[in-house]
Amino acid sequence: MSPAFKRGLIALPFLLTIGMVRRSNDASGRSFADASRPAFQLRDETAAAGIRFVHRTATLDPRLSNVEPHIAALGAGVSVADYDGDGWPDLYFTNSRFGAANALYRNRGDGTFEDVASSAGVADLNQPGAGVSMGSVWGDFDNDGREDLLVYRYGYLALLKNLDGRRFKDVTEAAGLHRWINSNGAIWLDYDRDGLLDLYVTAYFREEVDLWHVKSTRIMHNSFEYATNGGKNLLFHNLGGGRFEDVTDRTGVGSTRWTLAAASADFNGDGWPDIYLANDYGPEELFLNDHGRRFVLTTAGLESESKSGMAVALGDVYNRGRLDVFVTNISARGYLFQNNNLRLNELAERNRFNNVADATVADAGWAWGAQFADLNNDGTDELFVANGFISGKRDKSYWYSMSKIAGAHHSLFEDARSWPTFGDASLSGYERSRVFLNRGAAGWWDVAANVGVRDELDGRAVAVADLSNRGAQDVIVANQGQPALLYRDYPDSSNHWIAFTLVATRSNRSAIGAEVVVEYNGKLQRRVVDGGMGFASQNDRRPHFGLGTAERVERVVIHWPSGGTQVIRDPPVDRFNTIVEPRR
Amino acid sequence: MKDVRETSPSPTPFSESAGSAKVKATPRLAGSGVWSALARVDPRYLIAFLITLVLIAAQLRYHMVGGYDRLAIALLACLATEALLSLFVRGKVTNLLSAYISGLSLTLLTKPQGAVLWPFVAGGFLAIASKYVLQYRNNHLWNPTNFAITVLLLAAPNRISVLSHQWGNDLVTNLVIWCFGLVIAARVRVLHITLAYVASFLVFNTLRSLVLGQAVLPELAPLTGPMYQLFVFFMITDPRTVVKDRRWQIGVAVIIAFVETAIRFASDQAWTLPTAFNAAPALVALFLVGPVAKFVDLRRRN
Repeated sequence: MSPAFKRGLIALPFLLTIGMVRRSNDASGRSFADASRPAFQLRDETAAAGIRFVHRTATLDPRLSNVEPHIAALGAGVSVADYDGDGWPDLYFTNSRFGAANALYRNRGDGTFEDVASSAGVADLNQPGAGVSMGSVWGDFDNDGREDLLVYRYGYLALLKNLDGRRFKDVTEAAGLHRWINSNGAIWLDYDRDGLLDLYVTAYFREEVDLWHVKSTRIMHNSFEYATNGGKNLLFHNLGGGRFEDVTDRTGVGSTRWTLAAASADFNGDGWPDIYLANDYGPEELFLNDHGRRFVLTTAGLESESKSGMAVALGDVYNRGRLDVFVTNISARGYLFQNNNLRLNELAERNRFNNVADATVADAGWAWGAQFADLNNDGTDELFVANGFISGKRDKSYWYSMSKIAGAHHSLFEDARSWPTFGDASLSGYERSRVFLNRGAAGWWDVAANVGVRDELDGRAVAVADLSNRGAQDVIVANQGQPALLYRDYPDSSNHWIAFTLVATRSNRSAIGAEVVVEYNGKLQRRVVDGGMGFASQNDRRPHFGLGTAERVERVVIHWPSGGTQVIRDPPVDRFNTIVEPRR
Repeated sequence: MKDVRETSPSPTPFSESAGSAKVKATPRLAGSGVWSALARVDPRYLIAFLITLVLIAAQLRYHMVGGYDRLAIALLACLATEALLSLFVRGKVTNLLSAYISGLSLTLLTKPQGAVLWPFVAGGFLAIASKYVLQYRNNHLWNPTNFAITVLLLAAPNRISVLSHQWGNDLVTNLVIWCFGLVIAARVRVLHITLAYVASFLVFNTLRSLVLGQAVLPELAPLTGPMYQLFVFFMITDPRTVVKDRRWQIGVAVIIAFVETAIRFASDQAWTLPTAFNAAPALVALFLVGPVAKFVDLRRRN
């Protein structure tokens, strides 16, 4: 054979490979197109429900004007609680511009809501000198049977005591929580199992930074991957009597890694609630609780991937009776594939988490809030992911500018003034939300368009709640600088479900941190009562389980935050079951 | 990355230094201990050793490989392709060092969507096969790694990105790569190419930022990123794909910097370009200019 002929022979697979690479580009992102149905629909019923909340973005010190769209791109939060005790979950949305009101949507029980924030005294929280709201989390910190509200801000914390199910009183100062902390997240947990809810607050910008009066513009992160110059996360121990004590240093949880989200559960099964952090510009962190005395930062395989963690969602992904972790990250095609993490909890066998995110679930765009929920009640969790960072001009992307400074020496980009002017550009804007159908070993399928989710808003917080007490997991999305959305879930009616209202006695009254395991047909499912998870969000506190065609649950095991375990046999399905914690 | 294969006879002045084991220390260098010791080492081994060191350091310090399966597959793809194609074309398996270097380069620079591994298979094959397919007068025209990554980026931006890891944005990593790069570039006598490109980049992009009224420092910042350091020290100076004459080498480096600046200017103006142009303008500039320059050089010399 002549050399030219040989070259021609090699050229065939060479060209074929290029063709296949090209083809793979268009094939990216599986969509659900097989014959079986997702078995649920999500319908945008925001307007019908009377929810008219529109988030307003913060305006900052003019010295930060070149990157203001970037710095002020957070703050659309939503949390769920039955604040008035009428049995219907209510919604609280945060706003982020001075003078703009937060909204408390009281659930009327007929499918509609009314904003009562002003009369309840929880609207006017965005004021010069106090800061602007970034999110909120509900918990009965004084065990009086009424859900109290903690609002975290770029500014001072605000603890609002629920007086009578109608009105709230600011008790921040008396509680010892009057701290300026540029926070994007907080969770309630009872880390020492004393029956009182403690508070963990995450910090983003350093505490000395006042974004409306910056002393220096050197406020940004000192690495795109291993930044450690963020604000210090704080743990407040509930002393009782409405007082809290800062125990951060004593317990060793004062990470300064630009934390954007936290979640708590007993990941290692030792009976003590641990803390999992999603950090921007850095690896995730898992703090294991050492018998309520202190926390130990463990690697657990998390240190090997440094990304931009935005949210922590917990779910029993493959019904193994364990809580796995989903952490959102950034993917921008051509520029950056950090990839979302779907980490299976293998602490018992391997002392680590195992990231099993496939290409579909790994790349949801610039992903923010996410939650697991069994949207079709088939017995496995789906995953809702909100996406999109900044939607400016469609034809003008900041990614090119970002790519210039991302590889630079940190001394350059630590100074906000060094960043290229953002102007009216987009940065991963107009990205659609994703709804991933859990197909077990067959992987995840993006069924968003099939089930009716087509919005391209800049999603931030996602919360899940059964707003009509009908065995369906409705999805609420708070969008940055844009209207909030309520997607009503319509699961396949042939599937069964069960849900629980937990009333704690020895544990914190909200039962936050309780873990519920249902056993049926040889299957296991575990959920934790949510003290705050996702990004700037908190779900319905009543654990919901889809059962598929199973008409019977053999056993329910409740692991109470106090350390006690309760077993319920043969609870009725297709309804809420109220479980009261045994007093002894 | 340097392609230092030992295949077709090289007409370049670096064929002895980079293309074969018959390396002689220059008189100027023979006197210095470390340098003369380095001068006795076949540059291919030196390059392989140093890029291995860079990868190990980056992995240990920043966990940047993203999974050892990626490394294994990229290496396997490059080594197997080189072995098979050299056996097919020349009847014997050639030295696999350059394939090894290409495999490491791909691992360092390619960041795929999710946990997919096929880009390392496809990239490895394309890098090595390009040397056998895209030839002119027995010389390949593209730097293999540059070709593979740019084609992957142009063809599948939905699936591929380039070096999203920044290696900590710290001084130590920068210094390490600069030191390694300077040693290699000087050893292989291509330092003038590196310096010509860097100087041109600084001048052209300063002018660009002034013309556009943008702050200068962010426009120069890419040079301190690890992707650029790998680019200026290893890729643009590939002895097998640079032109022959020293002055022309400098000229081509300047042209590459100019084309890159033009791409950046277009990006500044939000012109519609393939994502690869915005995400990796340096790689695209080399991809466009390098083969043309090499082609003209080969024609001119014959």
